[in-house]
Amino acid sequence: MKPFISRTVTGIFAAAFALAVTGSTIAPARAADPGVTDTEIVLGGTHPYSGPASAYGNIGKGIAAYFSYVNDKGGVNGRKIKYIDKDDGYSPPQAVQLVHQMVEQDKVFAIFDTLGTAVNTAIRPYLNQQGIPHMFVATGATTWGKDAKQFPWTIGWQPDYQSEAIIYARDILTNHPKAKIGVLYQNDDYGEDYNVGLKRGLAKHENMIVKMASYETTDPSVGSQIATLKASGADTFMIFATPKFAIQAMVLAAQQSWHPVIYLNNVSAAVPFMNAASKAGGPGAVAGVISTIYLKDPANHARYAGDAGMKLYNEIMAKYLPSADKDDGNYLYGVAIAYTMCDVLKRAGKDLTRKKVMDIAANLTEKDNPWAYPGVVIHSSPDFRFPITQMIAAKWLTTDWSPMGVLVDTRTMTTAAK
Amino acid sequence: MRSNGPRLAAIALAIVVIAVLPAIAPSFIVFDFIFVAAYAIAILGLIVLTGMNGQISLGHGAFMALGGYVAAVLAHNAGWPYWIGVPLAAVASGAFGILIGLIALRLAGVYLALATFSLAVATPSFLKHFKSVTGGFGGLSLDTVKAPGWFPLDAQNWLYYVAWAVTGVVFLLSALLVQGKFGRALRALRDNPIAAVSFGVNPYYYKTLAFGWSAVLAGIGGAFLAMATAYVSPDTFTFALSITLLIGAVLGGILTFWGALVGAIVVEFLPFVAQKINAGAPGVVYGVALILMMLFVPDGIVGGLQRLVRGLIGQPQLQPALEPTVPPAASIAVDQPSRE
Repeated sequence: MKPFISRTVTGIFAAAFALAVTGSTIAPARAADPGVTDTEIVLGGTHPYSGPASAYGNIGKGIAAYFSYVNDKGGVNGRKIKYIDKDDGYSPPQAVQLVHQMVEQDKVFAIFDTLGTAVNTAIRPYLNQQGIPHMFVATGATTWGKDAKQFPWTIGWQPDYQSEAIIYARDILTNHPKAKIGVLYQNDDYGEDYNVGLKRGLAKHENMIVKMASYETTDPSVGSQIATLKASGADTFMIFATPKFAIQAMVLAAQQSWHPVIYLNNVSAAVPFMNAASKAGGPGAVAGVISTIYLKDPANHARYAGDAGMKLYNEIMAKYLPSADKDDGNYLYGVAIAYTMCDVLKRAGKDLTRKKVMDIAANLTEKDNPWAYPGVVIHSSPDFRFPITQMIAAKWLTTDWSPMGVLVDTRTMTTAAK
Repeated sequence: MRSNGPRLAAIALAIVVIAVLPAIAPSFIVFDFIFVAAYAIAILGLIVLTGMNGQISLGHGAFMALGGYVAAVLAHNAGWPYWIGVPLAAVASGAFGILIGLIALRLAGVYLALATFSLAVATPSFLKHFKSVTGGFGGLSLDTVKAPGWFPLDAQNWLYYVAWAVTGVVFLLSALLVQGKFGRALRALRDNPIAAVSFGVNPYYYKTLAFGWSAVLAGIGGAFLAMATAYVSPDTFTFALSITLLIGAVLGGILTFWGALVGAIVVEFLPFVAQKINAGAPGVVYGVALILMMLFVPDGIVGGLQRLVRGLIGQPQLQPALEPTVPPAASIAVDQPSRE
């Protein structure tokens, strides 16, 4: 009986393999540029709707809301946008599989706004190999600009972290030239990018940094790091941390009666986070904190009361995401980046090809994004893949961020283009 | 004596399905099934360790990470091909497994679970720390595995057939390993360690070896996960991966090798199905599905199916498969039928 079965199995296997060979080779040739019909443009994206970074999922919801708004207004050049947005759980293998499915089954025209450095690094080779636009990735790691030659189909959107740190360094050199700097940073490439930027900005004054303390995202608290920084005698405190740890850092510094000049990175500077720190540590914990701005802040009701862009944002949120907390800057980020995407598709005209869309994205000058901070121009070139490089320093005044000085363009300062 | 027929027929069917899949399924499904192979190998490791030997590991993601990074670092930094990288991944992971197995000898039950869990939690930080080798937080990108010239299909299909050929080999090796003396010793140590030791079974030897072989399998699974993704990063191997493997083993059926195959399919596709049902809260759907399955098929999908089939053809039900003192119905894939 056994030989019979094994012979049968071998036979079936051989036949199956032969079938597999012929089956795969007669697959139909791919059409020129899938994902576009007379009435529709299909885009794909992934966001972490579950897992450790799920707060960022609201960016995807903001994007979907804006596309619904555009579709109800007649779409882009007469075509409606279909946005296929899936949960990658912040996991690179999951994202890679989803992107394969979107490209091969859903036939997306482009991948738009995938979120996270690891996720985007994982899907980038495949998309570039296939010649599919990998547009406006939601991460500020320097690799999106630095490796543009190797990956011409990939482009960033938000400012890179190094540039932001350079702005802080300039502010220190101008306003606090005798500062003794203590740095709290997240122990990964994100924190490292800020450190590199800070040192580049300080240049020959790098020795102003008296102490650096790192934390892991798994740490329960940064209490001991704060104590170390305080003990170093630092009078200027750089917080290069994600929101949870940034809030802790401000509160704990106040509790330990340490009152340095605080610089806080943009990703943790949304008004709700500042209010949380103020509530836990007292108003003194956050008074005078310095950060940067490149988008309008939806939680800042007073400043943008008469602003047309903010009015439109409120309308879109009320209609398409009525139960969402519209003060959450992640929604506004989504709406703003979706505007840039629609802008590029519109400029590409009726005759859409992937090549054309990518060319336009990499040669973009967008001056009228309703949600960019006034004056910020979204500007890219084939050699420079961080469209937003302008930021303005801002100081926290009890209830809102008050911009200081003028917009700074970091384009000429960074190494991102190389 | 039980007939070998149904079992061989099931194996033949599985082989046929795997062999023809690239011809009948869309390309991205074939791609997904490379991940199924990677998970199946790793979950098999957990079944050998936890199901057969009763040692609970919540840290098999760490062994996958080791295997994945060994293969990735060799490919990325040294340019070595995968057919050297994968065996070395297995060796490295196995050696580490034996080391952890020696420590595990002093820990039992929930303490072992906690110790292995801390291993899984520490892995991403560890990977970030040795940045010059591992690429740190940003990870390492790999070239996709290339097909040899004689292979008529594309590179993705090549990796698919390689992954499943390796899966077949490790399933066969594991089956041979747990048959006879070794398997009986593992199960005896699981069910009644005192009796086993008094009959002359050396617990140190067998338990350590079980840990080592289990880690070999997880390491190979990790290497294929890395090659299929063509990228490794600390985010690939979070502690959630270890939990996922355990979920796969338990849902598939932790007392049978078939459980590894079914469990791998479940953990691969359940998140995607959950999203289809409710895009807003896939985690909730996933959780509810888990609870329902635990309620209605506590012995795993394979165990549940076997009970169903026995019910339909009127055979008497065996002891509930989770009852550890009796060789469960589900263990037909590994038992020596002639001895029953």
